[in-house]
Amino acid sequence: MTRFLQSNAWTAGLAGFLVLLLFATKLIQPDFGISGLDSLARSALPFALVTVGMAIVVIAGGIDLSVAAMMAVASVTAAVLMDGATDGQAVFAILAVLAVGLAMGALNGALIVVTRVPDIVVTLAMLFVWQGVALLILNAPGGGAAPWLRALVVGGVTIPGLPEGLTNWMPRGFVFLTIIVAVIWLPIRRSKLGLMIYAVGSDPQAAFRSGVPIGPVRIAAYALCGLFSAIGGLTVTMATGIGEPIPGPYLLASVAAVVLGGVVLGGGRGTILGPILAVIVLRTVRLDLTLMSVDPNVAAIVEGLIMVAVVMFGAVLATRGRTT
Amino acid sequence: MTPSAPAALLDATGVTKRFGAVVALRDASLQVAPGQVVALMGANGAGKSTFVKILTGALKPDAGHVRIRGQDSTVASPAGARRSGLVPVYQEPSLIPDLSVADNLRLGNTPVDRFRHWIAELGLPDLRQDDMIRTLPLASLRILDLARALAVEPDVLLLDEMTAALPTDLVDRVLATVRAQADAGRSVIYISHRFTEIAAICDRATVLRDGQTVGDVKIEPGIEETIVEMMLGAGVSAAASATRSTATTTGVPRLKVQGLATARRLSDVSLELRPGEVLGVVALEGQGQDELFDVLAGNRRATAGTVAVDGKPLIFAHPADAIAAGLTLVPGNRAHALLMQRSVRENIALPLFSRLANWGVIPARDEDQRVTAAIERLQIDTRAQGEVRRLSGGNQQKVTIARWIAKGVQTLLLFDPTRGIDIRTKRQIYALVRDLADQGAAVLYYTSELAEVRLACDRAIVILNGRVVDVIDAAEADEARLMRAAYGLTEKTGAPA
Amino acid sequence: MTMTTTDAPLARLGRLMVDQPLFPLTLILLALIAVLAILNPAILSMFWVGNTLKIAIPLAMLAACQTLTMLTGGIDLSVGTAATIAAYVTATATPLIGAPSAIGIAMGCALLIGVVNGIGVAFARVHPLIMTLGTGLIATGCLLVYQRSVISTGTIYPDILVWLGTGRTFGLPNGLFLFIPFAALILWAQRRTGFGRLLYAIGSNETAARLSGVRVWQVHLALYSLSGVIAGLSGLLYLGMVKTASLSLALPLDLPSVAAAVIGGTSIFGGRGGYGGTILGALILTVLATMLTLLQMPEGGRRILYGAIILAVTALYIRITDRS
Repeated sequence: MTRFLQSNAWTAGLAGFLVLLLFATKLIQPDFGISGLDSLARSALPFALVTVGMAIVVIAGGIDLSVAAMMAVASVTAAVLMDGATDGQAVFAILAVLAVGLAMGALNGALIVVTRVPDIVVTLAMLFVWQGVALLILNAPGGGAAPWLRALVVGGVTIPGLPEGLTNWMPRGFVFLTIIVAVIWLPIRRSKLGLMIYAVGSDPQAAFRSGVPIGPVRIAAYALCGLFSAIGGLTVTMATGIGEPIPGPYLLASVAAVVLGGVVLGGGRGTILGPILAVIVLRTVRLDLTLMSVDPNVAAIVEGLIMVAVVMFGAVLATRGRTT
Repeated sequence: MTPSAPAALLDATGVTKRFGAVVALRDASLQVAPGQVVALMGANGAGKSTFVKILTGALKPDAGHVRIRGQDSTVASPAGARRSGLVPVYQEPSLIPDLSVADNLRLGNTPVDRFRHWIAELGLPDLRQDDMIRTLPLASLRILDLARALAVEPDVLLLDEMTAALPTDLVDRVLATVRAQADAGRSVIYISHRFTEIAAICDRATVLRDGQTVGDVKIEPGIEETIVEMMLGAGVSAAASATRSTATTTGVPRLKVQGLATARRLSDVSLELRPGEVLGVVALEGQGQDELFDVLAGNRRATAGTVAVDGKPLIFAHPADAIAAGLTLVPGNRAHALLMQRSVRENIALPLFSRLANWGVIPARDEDQRVTAAIERLQIDTRAQGEVRRLSGGNQQKVTIARWIAKGVQTLLLFDPTRGIDIRTKRQIYALVRDLADQGAAVLYYTSELAEVRLACDRAIVILNGRVVDVIDAAEADEARLMRAAYGLTEKTGAPA
Repeated sequence: MTMTTTDAPLARLGRLMVDQPLFPLTLILLALIAVLAILNPAILSMFWVGNTLKIAIPLAMLAACQTLTMLTGGIDLSVGTAATIAAYVTATATPLIGAPSAIGIAMGCALLIGVVNGIGVAFARVHPLIMTLGTGLIATGCLLVYQRSVISTGTIYPDILVWLGTGRTFGLPNGLFLFIPFAALILWAQRRTGFGRLLYAIGSNETAARLSGVRVWQVHLALYSLSGVIAGLSGLLYLGMVKTASLSLALPLDLPSVAAAVIGGTSIFGGRGGYGGTILGALILTVLATMLTLLQMPEGGRRILYGAIILAVTALYIRITDRS
């Protein structure tokens, strides 16, 4: 019970901290408002999605170093398929990208289970492979995206029949994120598969004795990670209209957000909400630094330092957890 | 062996299992009739845990069969064993620590209503379904495990050291429940070190020794002696005891331990070890001996008590501290001691470079002399010296000891150094230990093989539940005496202490 | 205990690679050169040999970092960044403070990166992969900030580095004057010093090393610092070779340096291998790169190939060691 409260308290504390940060943002930049929130949402969206994927794998007791490269594959696949496509064809393109994401993740998981090479080595090798695949699909940023996709994640929410002022402050990016997580993760979390993912990460031996098929569950967790990474890569293309074959700094950011979000490296513990809040916190810090007209490169250093510090802190906690 | 009851619920016959060259089980059998509680007994290393793994489907036997209600059930998974009607409660809790009670039940497809019934029956009424497993005390977890097993109404229930972590009131309820199960026509396999419990609820006892079923007896008053004899086997203490040391009994002891305790298991151990002395440690599995050796080797922190070396009180924060004080450990698990992929030479020389000051150029001649001398002294077979993992078990064990010989021995902590190795190597190790002691070393020697106390030690302490319960001189340390002490039975009556 | 005679030839080859990697590696190298000769007979010349050696040297030096860290079961993904920073700082600071001081500062920066890695791995027990990735990210940020402050100074390449990087003696690159003593030192130290033995010991069995009195943190700290220094040195040599102070100078060498060590028979789990194999691995990769260029294999394909090689070699290694 206390553990349950504790993990929820962590998430609640993170939410409180985020509110404080947003206040601070308002103080730094008095005209921070709807458009600021919108750009925050837009920048946080791919980070949040890939972090959800990473969190699922970490909860299942693994790690996936290839998330950023899988995002790149998804991004360029979407951009190439949608280049000059009609709106209807774009829908199929998106379905194809989602399938590609699931397949990439499932392949990662299957290689780990079948070869028995540790996850960190397999996904490191696959990081290179997916990077190569992305470059083969699209050698330089390019391609296109259906305009209606951009409208899904950019701007404020408008609901017909309601006054615009009531809903417009809500960035579509956050709504998109909420819907994706609610549609994909929540049903799984409540299903037997969700329990099994937690069980495998928490204590594989006990899970085995409880009749959990360890291998398939791990593959499923990696497949989900691939799916969320692909959606993350898709949103990059959606927001910018082009495919980006060079992976962004999503790997370290997702690991840091997972740790900051209260998911224990080593598995079994944590929620998906915590890491999402952590992503928004990290992006807001970045935003504040920019608003304070800090050199963007310095901002990147600060952000990197925060992430490394968080990961080090998480590792210390995980080591403590093992020895006591 | 008594003929199996015609309608045996569980019938395991001729079960054999090898691990490489080691034969863990050669002919293990177990028959359990409906309505019976059968105790499965055996000394350390008799093959009990391998047998349990085969019965529960965690391992496949090489030969023999396991039948439940006449159906073959040499299953390949715990889930398979469960389907065939055998449900185990393992020694270690097998609930998922990060899930709630309710989620754990859902995960294992446990019928919730019956689970609730059993929880109430067993005396945990204040358990809440949304409690996290991680937050519950060990005793509650054992009860949860049992209730979960009972809720699926198994034909055969297997309980492995079920009562080890329980307070007495819960033990009584568990025993009553188990007995009631049998009286309702089901079968129970009951594994325990506690003779009182076996006397209270078991109908029969099946005894394993050296991987073989050596007896199947009806439980009746005074049967403990028979069972102890069966576990020991014939030809007890036939081997001649080694020459005693002439260790002084006065002066400052090399190692003095007082009131040592750890967070788990070890609660109060005191001992004195003098130069020239070999002190045996005897205990059933999991009585705190692992923790004692870990603390002395600097690998674990004690929560109470003191350790003094040559009269100087010391606290070890790292194995390097213990080594600096002359306390060197040969751990029970060779996998924790050896660099399996490296050569014999590198393994033996390892402690020579552990200190920062020795990171530089290796003094080749000195290393060579030390390593060669240690190899010769232990008569290590160096034909496969390129990689330690290709050596035989006995030679591997010699390498772990040779490491400290090369470094120079003051106080040697040997944890079950002869487990699983051949008789010739065993003799060499006894002789070496005596030899080291005669040269002034002090040796603490845990052994799971009781006959060794007479062969290698001067005295032995017996540990039970984390406390020293007896100190026995080697001359009187025949196996029966040690076994009784280890089981907490007193000398004369054979009744529980 | 021993392999049976019914083993597939592949497994036997793998076994040989594990036990005596130098022999099959030399065969592979010669075979590759033979294929190259068939593809384009004109290419083979003394000049080509010198050129191949020249290109392989910086790679082999960076691969030394991977070999040493991998012997303990770690990895150093910040070597490319450390090398780049050392090169960039040397080139841009030389006009201001002269070559010796500039080189000193540059090496100091590389050492600092190594020390930070060491602290994270030794004390916080962060997985080396994550830690070095994070350090690399931060260091890249620092380089960008530094670059803006020195944008006007221009660049000078110290003569000694240019001589080492581009000069030739009897047709062979002068880089060998640095590399041969360097390689000899590493080869000697891995066998004949206490530090070298401890690398193998920790990678082989950290528990055993600890129980034998090794304070593992000391070794980690020293090792990652050393790795930073070697990376800095490789960066200097590379600078002399390419004579360009770019912000991504040695970054493309990160992945091949890991691949060179893995191909050379060093186990990514630690405890076995050595620098001799790595040198051959670097040569193999360089010849392979020539061949891929000849075959017009795109960059993407190369990355896939590198990733696949790492995964395949590691999986093969696990199979072989499991069997016996």
